[in-house]
Formats: sequence, structure tokens, C-alpha cells
Amino acid sequence: MLKCRTVWRTLAPLARTSSTVCRQNARRAGLNNGRLPACVPAAHMSTAPAGGGRENQLYVLLVGATCVGGAIYAYRTVKGDSQRYQDRIDEISSRPLKTFTEEPATPTQSEPPAAPSPAEPSPPAPDAEILAPIETADLPSADEPAVEASPQEAAEPAAALIVEEEPPAAEPAEARPGVVAEGHIQGYLVTLVTTILPEPSPPSEPTPAELTEPVADSESPAAESAAAAKPAEPQLEAVTESGDASPASHKVSSHTPYLLIGGGTASFAAARSIRARDPGARVLIVTDELVPPYMRPPLSKELWFSDDPSVTETLRFKQWNGKERSIYFQPPSFYINAEELGSAENGGVAVLTGKKVVHMDVRGNKIKLDDDTEISYDKCLIATGGVPRNLQVIERAGEEVMKRTTLFRKVEDFKSLDKVSRNVKSITIIGGGFLGSELACALGRRSTESDLEVIQMYPEKGNMGKVLPEYLSNWTTEKVKKEGVKIISEALVKSVVSKDDKLEIQLKDGRLVKTDHIVAAVGLEPNVDLAKSAGLEVDSDFGGFRVNAELQARSNIWVAGDAACFYDIRLGRRRVEHHDHAVVSGRLAGENMTGANKPYWHQSMFWSDLGPDVGYEAIGIVDSSLPTVGVFAKATAKDTPKAATEESGTGIRSESETEHTASSPVASSAPSPTGVQHKDEYGKGVIFYLRDKVVVGIILWNVFNRMPIARKIIKDGEEHADLNEVAKLFNIHDD
Amino acid sequence: MSSVREEGKDRIIFVTKEDHASPSSAELVEEDPNDPYEERGLILPSGEINWNCPCLGGMASGPCGTEFKDAFSCFHYSKEEVKGSDCLENFRAMQECMQRYPELYPQEDEKEQQQQQSSETKPTSQDSAETSGANSSATKEDSDTTKPNTDDSVES
Repeated sequence: MLKCRTVWRTLAPLARTSSTVCRQNARRAGLNNGRLPACVPAAHMSTAPAGGGRENQLYVLLVGATCVGGAIYAYRTVKGDSQRYQDRIDEISSRPLKTFTEEPATPTQSEPPAAPSPAEPSPPAPDAEILAPIETADLPSADEPAVEASPQEAAEPAAALIVEEEPPAAEPAEARPGVVAEGHIQGYLVTLVTTILPEPSPPSEPTPAELTEPVADSESPAAESAAAAKPAEPQLEAVTESGDASPASHKVSSHTPYLLIGGGTASFAAARSIRARDPGARVLIVTDELVPPYMRPPLSKELWFSDDPSVTETLRFKQWNGKERSIYFQPPSFYINAEELGSAENGGVAVLTGKKVVHMDVRGNKIKLDDDTEISYDKCLIATGGVPRNLQVIERAGEEVMKRTTLFRKVEDFKSLDKVSRNVKSITIIGGGFLGSELACALGRRSTESDLEVIQMYPEKGNMGKVLPEYLSNWTTEKVKKEGVKIISEALVKSVVSKDDKLEIQLKDGRLVKTDHIVAAVGLEPNVDLAKSAGLEVDSDFGGFRVNAELQARSNIWVAGDAACFYDIRLGRRRVEHHDHAVVSGRLAGENMTGANKPYWHQSMFWSDLGPDVGYEAIGIVDSSLPTVGVFAKATAKDTPKAATEESGTGIRSESETEHTASSPVASSAPSPTGVQHKDEYGKGVIFYLRDKVVVGIILWNVFNRMPIARKIIKDGEEHADLNEVAKLFNIHDD
Repeated sequence: MSSVREEGKDRIIFVTKEDHASPSSAELVEEDPNDPYEERGLILPSGEINWNCPCLGGMASGPCGTEFKDAFSCFHYSKEEVKGSDCLENFRAMQECMQRYPELYPQEDEKEQQQQQSSETKPTSQDSAETSGANSSATKEDSDTTKPNTDDSVES
């Protein structure tokens, strides 16, 4: 009945016009026929052609035919639709009811992480809205008593909604938890509507209710572990399959809003930052290591000083306050399983260990793992760090040499080196930088307990030769020697051969060094394997991915940590390989991934301890090739890392009992074999590194708790006429 | 008496305590309290809580992060005479959550920390040492609490 009304309404105006025309034409025709010669007055009907009766007749015929045609079409459509509807209904009623009961599970799970979708008002609402189109669409539709009752509402959103939700899937869309019966009816209604629409858009994706939800939710999907899939999911898939033919992909890809490639310090810092700023964020960390994120500095420092014989297993060390902690940032219970990431109510951080990312598709926003799994993302962080460099001569030297060489970086390297150090007589460390010197000192300390010979060789003149100005580097070298290390400076390795179960290192100047094991600490090669597939820029000067001041490589890709060559708005483009930088940049990347848009501004610092007497903290660009100004005070026994630890409680240096007595006499006067008179004058002080008269780097030498002042000076970037005045700010004489 | 020595491009100055007794004439640029780039403390200039503050450790980001945020927010904005007295439900929920992860939120430490705590994070934070440390110019805590020396045995 209603249909007729609407049909009539549409056709009425048309009918009216045409009927008027017909009538008028008929009249005229009649009139004209009767009174041919009567001149036709000016008042012509706009629709009537001026002309003779024959044309009029033709016209009548045309209009009449149109009317009839229209009527026939309308009739046919109505008939056809009702037939189609009937068929549909029959089909539905033949389908098992059980599909409805499964529904409640899905909406509850997908509802919480409800992301507003443009095409989708909340599921319960559609009731009314779906019905509306029936009226406003003005199309003949199958009759349905319930339809009348519904209010007329804007059809567009609902129509779009309907188009999206195709018949089979449409049912689930409506089912609210527990309201099975109503869902049933709603299902019918939706089906009804879709039947009505002249062209139910070929449903290629019979996806369930919250269509946008699965995008975020299907984190968990079949890809990762079908077994873990919730009970509702397989049902849904069954439903959708029974419905329209959707091309089900064989490799179901999973999705995560935040993807962090690499499981180191930068990645963890970013994860924490994201979780703090984006409530309920789901973060997936993918790492090729087999363990969750951990911190690296203790691997070459505190872990070696531990008294615990099982330290290689526990990986725990003592902090300044005597409390122990693990090198792992968080225990395993902090993380959630990757499979559960999609369904976790408040999100979480999941770590996928032992998986390497081999391909990155920047256009498709997805990555591929070495097991062919694909993961798509919204935002991605690359924190792949780096791989230790090796000397070419060692690489070419063959298997025998390689198996006696350690490239130190990871936990397993620490474990193996610890074992080696207990079983061999001589270890040689090649490299005079941070890592090499720290390991040399750590092993040197061990050598006092065993008869282990520790040798350190490097091309520079002294330890930290590329960082410290020469006078200080020399002073440091003496201290390292005191730790029991045999130093061979200005050493360039020519070849390494394995002979009689020992390694022979031939130097370019002719010296020969015989040792059992080599530790190569000659730098880090940033890991830019993904640059090729991702089409990301690699910096030619510093290596690493080139990113802007906000650490962005592309609009949704950030890079942090060792692998990032970033623009420091104060100090220029650089790449930093320190722990604190990984933390700072990781955190910044996390902030920017959650919309902060902050540039790299908070300057990171670094520190190193070389034995009980030498400890320093540094910030900025600390390159020994720059002109420096060092301001020193005469050192007292109190100015050692150890003393600083006990007093301020901020140092990380841990001392064993034996050092306590040994340190005091050493600090104040160290007789130097080279006879430099200023030997003991570099006890504590501040060293400024200058570039174009501006301070770009500062080392606090055995002076602690002053880093904020140093940071401020670098931040200001001012030209200071007298750096002694600036040094006064540090109160180096105070304790 | 200070002495100066040049070694190539490097200049070395030795100073005594008296040399440095007079106040410094070096000029530092004035700080802008509203600098958007600066790292912030626990409370932002706008009065909101900075969930990303290193001083909070992992409290806001862990499995109980949501409960923690709710409880602490409630406390922060509480206008009651006994601040936070209207937030008991939130704190209870948080405590319940934390009890489910004893590894992350060791229970015995909480009591200790509570006594040491004097800041707002009293009932919740375990990282009292960090919080107080973070406020002072402790060196190693500069950027982060994940450095070995600044953390308690377990972060949350």
C-alpha cells in the first residue's frame, strides 16, 4: 500500500502534466477539428506545439505511450522486486539461526577499541536509519510492516552503511550482545533494504559489523597463530564465506598501529613514550635478538665487576644504591603476547623475538619478516642499531682466526667473552675507543685475580685518542696501564694468522703479538639493510638513515638510536652512538609518533669510567680534532669516581673491596714513566670543545652532578670570550 | 694563581680555589619557561600531568598504566580537603592491577617508597629515588631512568 502511494507520488506530477497535456491537446484537437480555420490565438500552451492537428495527434500518441510505458515499467519493477524479496526471505529462513548467537562475542570485543568511522554510526543506531532509506529512496520495495513505524532520517550515512554491510554480513552487524531476537529482525530489514536498492554493490567484502575495527583489531589474526584466534572469528569467517564470495587471502596479514623495528634501547624508550602519550596504544616490537630489550652499558662495565659467579645467567648488576637490577628494561611479564595485542583492552607492548625484517614496503605500509609473515602498520620506527665492524685482515684471515675473535655487542657476546676470559691466557683488544678501553679495564681487573694477560692495541697515541685532547689521552693511558693492561699504541694491524693454537698478530711496524683471543672493538656499522627496499635515504658522511630534526625519514617512518643520522638544530647533522642518545631519541621518536612534532633539542650525554680514578661525563660534540680549552683544579683523593659515588649517589661505578684501599694513594700522585710534570694536575676539571669559537662539546672530568650546567652552555651556543669564566660556573673545586 | 699553557691547539688552564672564588662573568641566555622544545617535569606548564616524564619510570606505560593514569589524574585534580580522598576507587583498581603483576610492582617495596616519598606520587610511584633525584641535577638521570644507576630493581 505504501508503495503504491510513493509510486503514485512520483508518477503523479508526471501523470498530471501529461494528462493535462493530453486533455488540452484533445480539447484543442477537438476544437481545431471543429473549427479549422479559427485562428489559434496567441495563448498557446507552452507544451503544445504550434501547429496543425496532425502534430498534435502525434504528440498525444507520444505522451500516451510514455504514460503507458511508465506504468508498465513501474508494475514490472514492483513485481520483480517483490519476487526477489521473496526469494531472499526464503533463502534466509533456510539458513541456520546459529549465526546470530555467535554475534554477541564479536561486537563486545571489537567495540571497546571503537574507532569512529565516517560511514558508520554505532551499531544499535542503524535500526532506524536503515529503515529510512526505504521511504526516502522512493523506490518500490518489499512491504514490511515495521517499516512504517520508523522515522524518516537522513538517508545518506545509513545508505552508505547499508551498502557496506552486505546481506550475509549485515545480520551480524545489527546483533547487539544478547539481543538475538532483535538482531534477527534487523537482519531481515537490512536484507530487505539491500534487496531494494537497484544495485546492491557487489559485496566483495562481507565483513562484519565494525568494518573499520578489524583493521585495528586484526592484529591477532590468523597470520600469527590461528590457534589463538578467538572463537568468534572462525565463525565470522564461516559466515562471510557462506555469503558472498570474498577472496580470502591465504597469508592473512596482521596489522599494528605502532611498529618498532629493532628491540634495543631506542625502541624500548619509544614504546614507553608511545604508551605514556597514547592511552591504550598497541605497540609491536620486532627484533632479531632472542631476548626482550635490555641496556648495553653494563655489558662492558658493571657486569664485569659483579661478585656473583652466575652473573652470566642472571645478568644482574649492582647499582649505586646497592640495589640490584637486571639489564633487561622490564621483566617478561611487562610485555604481552603478540597474538593478544589486538584484543588487549588497554593495549600494550608486544615483543616478537627472533624475527628479522627483510623487506619494507613504504607505499603499502607493511613489512615482511624472514618467515614470510607480513605486518602492516600505521606508524613505524626503525631502531635497528648497528653491527660491530671487523678488521678486514681478520675477516680474510680464515675460520681459525674468526672463531677466536669476538665482535662485542650483544648479551651472547658478553657471555662468550666471560667464558673465554676464564679459559685463556691472553686476550688482545683491538681498538682504543670507549668499548675497547672499558673492556680492557674490565678484563685488566680480572687479570689481577688470574694470570690472564690483557693487551690493548690501537692506532692512536693514547686511549680515547679520538675523543680526548692529547695531554689527557696520555694521562688516561697511564691509568689504564695501572689497571693491568698492556698497551700497544700506534699499532696498525697488518695480518693475523693462527699458529699452533695461538693467534699471531703482525703489526705494520714489525712488532709481533701472540695471543689466544682477540676482541675487535673498532666501531659500529649502522644497520641500514632496510634502506634499499624502503627507499630511504642513507647518509654518506655519517652513515645511518638520514632523518630530519624530528627524526622523520618519511611522514610515517621515524628512525632513532645508533642508526639515525639526524639534524641537531644546535650542533648540525650528526649520528650518535651512545646509550643516553638512544634513550633521548627513542623517547623523542615516540613523542613524535604520537603527534608531538618536537625537534631534537634535549642534548644527550654520555659517560665512561676507566678504572677507579678516571671517570668523566660528556655532552655534545667531543672530537679531539677540535681546539679545546681545559680548566683543571688540583685533584685530591676525593675526586674520584668512587668518592663521587658514595657522596652524591649518582655514579654507577661499582668498586670491589680491594679497590677501596688501593685508590687513595694512587689518585694524588702517580709517578709517571714519561716524566710529564703535569701528571697529577688533571685530577678534575672541565674541558670545552670549540667550533668557530662556540662551545659545542664539554667534558666533565672527574666532576659530577654538573651536567645541567654543561647542557645549558651548549644550548645557548654563545661565544664566550673567557672560558675560564664559564668554567667558574661549574665550581670544580667544590665536592 | 692560575696558569695557562698551550699545547698546540689545546689550551690548558690550572686554577686554584681562590681563582674561582669571584663570581663568574659569563652570561647565560635567559630560560624561556614556555619553551615548547624543552623537556618537562612531572607537571606541564598548563597544569596537566606529563605522562612521559622520566620520573614516572614505566608507571604510565606498563600493563597497569591505564589504572595508574586514572588514579593519579583523579588525585591531581582532586579538590577535596584530604587530597585524593575521592579517588579511592581508582586507587583500589590500580592496586588490584598491580597485584596481578608482582614482578613488575613488587609489593614490599611500595611500603618503603611510600615512607620516602614526599611528592605527589606518594601512593603510587615506586621510583621515589628517581623522582627526588630527577628534581635535583643528578647527572646520570639526565635523560632517562633506564640508566642502570637511577632505577630501582624493577621499573614499572
